[in-house]
Amino acid sequence: MQVTRDFSHYVRAAGAGVQHIDLAVEGVHCAGCMAKIERGLSAIPDVTLARVNLTDRRVALEWKEGTLDPARFIDRLEELGYKAYPYETESAEATEVAESRFLLRCLGVAAFATMNVMMLSIPVWSGNVSDMLPEQRDFFHWLSALIALPAAAYAGQPFFRSAWRALSNKTTNMDVPISIGVCLALGMSVVETINHAEHVYFDAAIMLLTFLLVGRFLDQNMRRRTRAVAGNLAALKAETAAKFVGPDEISQVPVAAIHPGDIVLLRPGERCAVDGTVIEGRSEIDQSLITGETLYVTAEHGTPVYAGSMNISGTLRLRVSAASEATLLAEITRLLDNALAARSRYMRLADRASRLYAPVVHATALITILGWVIAGAGWHDAIITGVAVLIITCPCALGLAIPTVQTVAAGAMFKAGVLLNAGDAIERLAEADHVIFDKTGTLTLPDLEVTNAADIPADVFDLAGRLALSSHHPVAAAVAQAAGAKSPILSAAEEAGQGVRAVVDGVELRLGRPSFCGAEALVGSAALDAEASVVAFSKGSEKYILSVRQGLRPDAQAVIAALKARNIGVEILSGDREPAVIAAAHALGIPEWRAGVTPADKIARIEELKRRGAKVLMVGDGMNDAPSLAAAHVSMSPISAAHLSQATADLVFLGRPLAPVVAAIDSARKALHLMRQNLWLAIGYNLLAVPVAISGIVTPLIAAAAMSGSSIVVMLNSLRARSASREIV
Amino acid sequence: MEILVFLVPLALLLGGAGLAAFLWSLRSGQYDDLDGAAWRAIADDDPPPQEAPAKR
Repeated sequence: MQVTRDFSHYVRAAGAGVQHIDLAVEGVHCAGCMAKIERGLSAIPDVTLARVNLTDRRVALEWKEGTLDPARFIDRLEELGYKAYPYETESAEATEVAESRFLLRCLGVAAFATMNVMMLSIPVWSGNVSDMLPEQRDFFHWLSALIALPAAAYAGQPFFRSAWRALSNKTTNMDVPISIGVCLALGMSVVETINHAEHVYFDAAIMLLTFLLVGRFLDQNMRRRTRAVAGNLAALKAETAAKFVGPDEISQVPVAAIHPGDIVLLRPGERCAVDGTVIEGRSEIDQSLITGETLYVTAEHGTPVYAGSMNISGTLRLRVSAASEATLLAEITRLLDNALAARSRYMRLADRASRLYAPVVHATALITILGWVIAGAGWHDAIITGVAVLIITCPCALGLAIPTVQTVAAGAMFKAGVLLNAGDAIERLAEADHVIFDKTGTLTLPDLEVTNAADIPADVFDLAGRLALSSHHPVAAAVAQAAGAKSPILSAAEEAGQGVRAVVDGVELRLGRPSFCGAEALVGSAALDAEASVVAFSKGSEKYILSVRQGLRPDAQAVIAALKARNIGVEILSGDREPAVIAAAHALGIPEWRAGVTPADKIARIEELKRRGAKVLMVGDGMNDAPSLAAAHVSMSPISAAHLSQATADLVFLGRPLAPVVAAIDSARKALHLMRQNLWLAIGYNLLAVPVAISGIVTPLIAAAAMSGSSIVVMLNSLRARSASREIV
Repeated sequence: MEILVFLVPLALLLGGAGLAAFLWSLRSGQYDDLDGAAWRAIADDDPPPQEAPAKR
């Protein structure tokens, strides 16, 4: 089938006479793929640039303006064996890239300043115990100030800004003690330099910033990277629609290029990518992704059709409605906003630690100063000792404790097929003690499966599969897949809304509705599931009934058992009918379930559990799950989920098995354990160092050694998170 | 100790040059794809000649 595709929406000008497009590519893993793709695309005449980005799994392409159609690149990649789709950078992602670059720039500045200041400190340290002249020492101190002050002013920006924001909101966060510590240390050092003192703290202050920036950068980069890959997967689902560009002419365009009022064509077997109203045609639609209901709904003139619905039998023309008018989406968006606002009150572990930490540190420093004054020391010496306390206790290891573990754990989860959407998802997932599953598409596979294939002779089933290849109907696709059919029957003809038929060796074959095949009598006699779709197959006078339904995910039972073994409560909340939910609940041994619930009901149930103190993990895929995904303590979606749900979920898992859910919980728990351990390590180090600082014998050397020592131990400990998600249920 | 008059500015200059080189490489997008860069280094042959490296 030849379809015109219009990707001009994604093309942008990149300088004189050159056009640029970014493609998300699936299945690029190694140098081989990279070279193959770059060579294959560069071979197209007029292509000026083809460069693969292996980190983000994307290809950047540039070509001479007006000479090539972007669709050609997609076709070329398909020939090479890769699925690709134009990718448009979202504004959120662009901001993150800019932020990550800024952090790296700050880190560069801080690291270079640290190296130079440390180099200058060595002669001072050794000079203090040997024969250095006071003038020489002052000269080195001024040089250190010259390097450290501008560098700290630039590289400290991420902390100063965040601390200022927190203070102006009358709260405190990790960055407040950091900023106070760094500013005091630098200020005191300048005063000391003017007073020709022996010790200054420029090296300690700037090194502190370097270590903290490492943590900040790792944290940011982990989120940026997983989000980039998750964004690719969303793009690769290739949400396009057939838009009418003339009265009888259609063009396949990306959803982003469709506006309210446009008319689109929805053919059988296609998933609708927009919200709209039927203006012509009659069909059955599968709304399971939106409502959870697995029975088909009839669509005719005036019926609203929502994005995510699957068209089953007839061709429909839809008029695209504005998103704001689409009641379902508007309702879901409203619920979603409320739920998100409620969750934003969650406090990260790092912030909770700093809330306890900051007052203790500041109080210790203050008491040290007062204590020394009372003991008879001068104000000057007392303040110097106070600054030393602040530097030693500055939450350097604390700043690294969580981001390093998160980065390593995110990498481990990535390998297990779980992508993180939110930075604090790991912490929240580790706390989860109650899991709510949606049924359709989550516990069950998103596609249909033939359940009674064993009751039918293999040769007959093969024939049915071959015949099914000629139909676009999703039930037929399930039959063809179950039979492993490859060669279609060429003479097959489809009768819209009925089925397919063909004549082979003088025998008529029919696949479709029982009435179409003359097999109504068999439907009653066959013992079938309540939720199954029934399709009949006739070979001459032989009649068979096939039962097609959404099968449970292959390891769902093992996963539920594994969750129970971990003392995690399990229940089902589904928008589907009761018989279908009962069947799944029984098969999996889940005593608690609710059927036919609306998005608002789901949220109500989650709130009820919250009041009882449960931390709920919601696993769902439908558009109707999006608000409850946001309302739950933490949420997961399969990659087959509706776009909105995937964007809302904290974690997204790939593939057919459900095992990533357990693997992710295990990794998260281990990661949280390591985060706590890191915090204790950091505190332990400080407990050892603080008495030394209070006693007033600390030098910058001791401060620097204690600080870097604790940071390095914390980083090494974080690497243990790597082995977390290895074991399968 | 007059040698310091030369050595200290020289050390600062070298440090500054290193920093400038880092900022330049960051701006020219050399840290955009670290995974790819690791593999490109051991690729057997150069890809066909291209006009310019990736620019943002």
